[in-house]
Amino acid sequence: MPMINVNGKSVRTEPRETLLEALRREGIRIPTLCHWEGLPAVGACRLCVVELEGQANLVPACATPVVEGMRVHTHTARVVDARKTIIELLLSNHPDDCLYCPRKGTCELLRLATELGVTERTYRGARIRHAKDVSSPSLVRDPEKCILCGRCVRVCSRVQGVGAIDFTGRGAATLVAPAFIDGLNVSSCVHCGQCVMACPTGALTDARHLRRVTAALDDPDLTVVVQHAPSVSVTLGEYFNFPPGTDVDGLLVAALRRLGFDVVFDTSFTADLTVMEEASELVERIRTKGPLPMFTSCSPAWVRYVETFHPRWRDHVSTCKSPQQMMGSLIKNVWARRRGVPADRIFSVSVMPCTAKKAEARRPEMLTDGRFDVDAVLTVRELAELIVSKGIDFRSLEPAQPDHPFGTRSSSGKLFGATGGVLEAALRTACFLLTGENPASDLTALRDTDGVRELALQVGGTELRVVAVSGLAAAARVLEEIEAGHLAPHLVEVMSCPGGCVAGGGQPHGQDAAAVATRMQALHRLDRGAPLRFAHENPEIRALYEAELGEPLGETSHHLLHTHRGGGHEA
Amino acid sequence: MNSADLDALIGQTPGGDPSQLIPLLQKVQEAAGFLSREALDAIAGHLGLSPAAVYGVASFYNQFRFTAPGRVHLQVCRGTACHVKGSSDVLDTLQRELRIQPGQTTRDGAFSLETVACVGACSLAPVVVASGPGVGSGSDFHAAMDQEKTRSLLTNLEQVTECNA
Repeated sequence: MPMINVNGKSVRTEPRETLLEALRREGIRIPTLCHWEGLPAVGACRLCVVELEGQANLVPACATPVVEGMRVHTHTARVVDARKTIIELLLSNHPDDCLYCPRKGTCELLRLATELGVTERTYRGARIRHAKDVSSPSLVRDPEKCILCGRCVRVCSRVQGVGAIDFTGRGAATLVAPAFIDGLNVSSCVHCGQCVMACPTGALTDARHLRRVTAALDDPDLTVVVQHAPSVSVTLGEYFNFPPGTDVDGLLVAALRRLGFDVVFDTSFTADLTVMEEASELVERIRTKGPLPMFTSCSPAWVRYVETFHPRWRDHVSTCKSPQQMMGSLIKNVWARRRGVPADRIFSVSVMPCTAKKAEARRPEMLTDGRFDVDAVLTVRELAELIVSKGIDFRSLEPAQPDHPFGTRSSSGKLFGATGGVLEAALRTACFLLTGENPASDLTALRDTDGVRELALQVGGTELRVVAVSGLAAAARVLEEIEAGHLAPHLVEVMSCPGGCVAGGGQPHGQDAAAVATRMQALHRLDRGAPLRFAHENPEIRALYEAELGEPLGETSHHLLHTHRGGGHEA
Repeated sequence: MNSADLDALIGQTPGGDPSQLIPLLQKVQEAAGFLSREALDAIAGHLGLSPAAVYGVASFYNQFRFTAPGRVHLQVCRGTACHVKGSSDVLDTLQRELRIQPGQTTRDGAFSLETVACVGACSLAPVVVASGPGVGSGSDFHAAMDQEKTRSLLTNLEQVTECNA
């Protein structure tokens, strides 16, 4: 336990940790821009510099290991001046159009400039001039706002194993961009949005659908239907001063109604439906020796990742549409007919924790009769913005209930929001399908934020092996293991974002492991006390099968809820 | 360079070793004259890197180009001596006359333009070096350039390349 001295006070540290880790645990706020939890330090931004006695120069806390007897000063005038100068230099070529920036309010550069007392322009550098890249259906890249911290580059290549962007050129002309400075649409980008989560400024943002949605809400000829994903209710509250992990489901529904959505459905309902179809598909594949392992298909960035990087595994991905697309299909095909509303008078909106859902909704196989099943996809961030802009006092709303017939959900559907949850939900129903009985206990072994979790369980005399993965780099490792024969699971759940949808690319910006864990626990808490815990017991699911679908994997199911993945590019 | 030749060339370097990146980029550029998108993708695949990472490295160095060089390749020295003697005027004139930026090639493939830091001929400043199949083997040094001499150089070279074409 090395002891160090910080600002005159003795501090106990852990062996082999960095100064930054020790200082932050002590409750000392050290600003950083390039630092990203879980990735090796690069020491590029120098904002975390501290004074170390015996060293002539300031040292970066993120890249300096603690050593017994160190004497550190974290906020001397020299240190604070250095940090302020760094921010002033970063601002020297920044557009300074904060008023018009989508990141105003959540911009880390603006926050640091405020904290460090920057009040005037000290340096004037040549502005970076580069057109916005709006080629992607999910993300917008604005290099003029980029401060070259490199967090997006490292998250994309290290955490997600995608590497769609990198530093190009050099010196003042350096640009973070795809190869040949092409548009993101022709790069290997899978739309996961983790770069947006990592970006401290407005250089990487959502492809916004807000205007489309408000236009539809104002159109008296349109019936505007909205669905919200399982994880949204446990994260949206953070924008309205609820602590992380508060379930604001009722307030969310109330806010959507107040915004003028005509009908509010719950995507967790189609998560239940996904469980029915996917569990049946798994049982069928095991029975007919179909392609195993089967991979889940709820996470569109994962589907895109397989298509781009591992096309030979494409047949192993479940043919089920994702819950978003199942709901989109049901709304325009089933609900529209029952209500007598022509499908072209329906505007279907989804609220998602995800940027890849924006791209998924535009895939050519997600159309019915030439119309998109889902017309617009809002991230949690966009919904929060919409609620604020319409003057809704979120906290004072009266909680409301979703509409039927697609509003009742089991808590299994809700589990889809966190890594391991799809497996847990699917195994409950697979167990019922194979044995006629619900499982006796919960599969809590899958509830963890580790990249990869394996589980083998006995179901009706057969061993069922499953793997839960989150993060695409971890998924690539699992594929390697399967290829090498070290792993032979029946079912693999992949969520592209580390931790699952509660940490999805459309959630509140930044990296907050504690908040992610709390959101996850909130979903598990909802499940623990729930009266309806199994997808196959959901009465609205049963009613849907009786009235429309017949049975899982039946002809109507296949037509409405499954896809045979084609080209793989957005329309 | 066709894709079979490209694959054969890349195949000579052991795969999966990112430390081979720069030598391999050099090899391919030497054979093909530039780094095409296809070449870059193939190199990335061979070494287990993403195309963006490969482009990131290649675009860091001046020595790599991403468009086919013209029949005449013009290098304008932007070193200190040449700068003092007015090489920016020379460069401006070339950019205006050829309607390309450094690193680009004219549509008809006749000229490509590049700036270099110093060609070691400071006594001849400002210097333009012409090379490529349009001027035969080796390279021609054009000394003490100004706007007018630059324009007449282009006229002469155009006639030569047309004869050679």
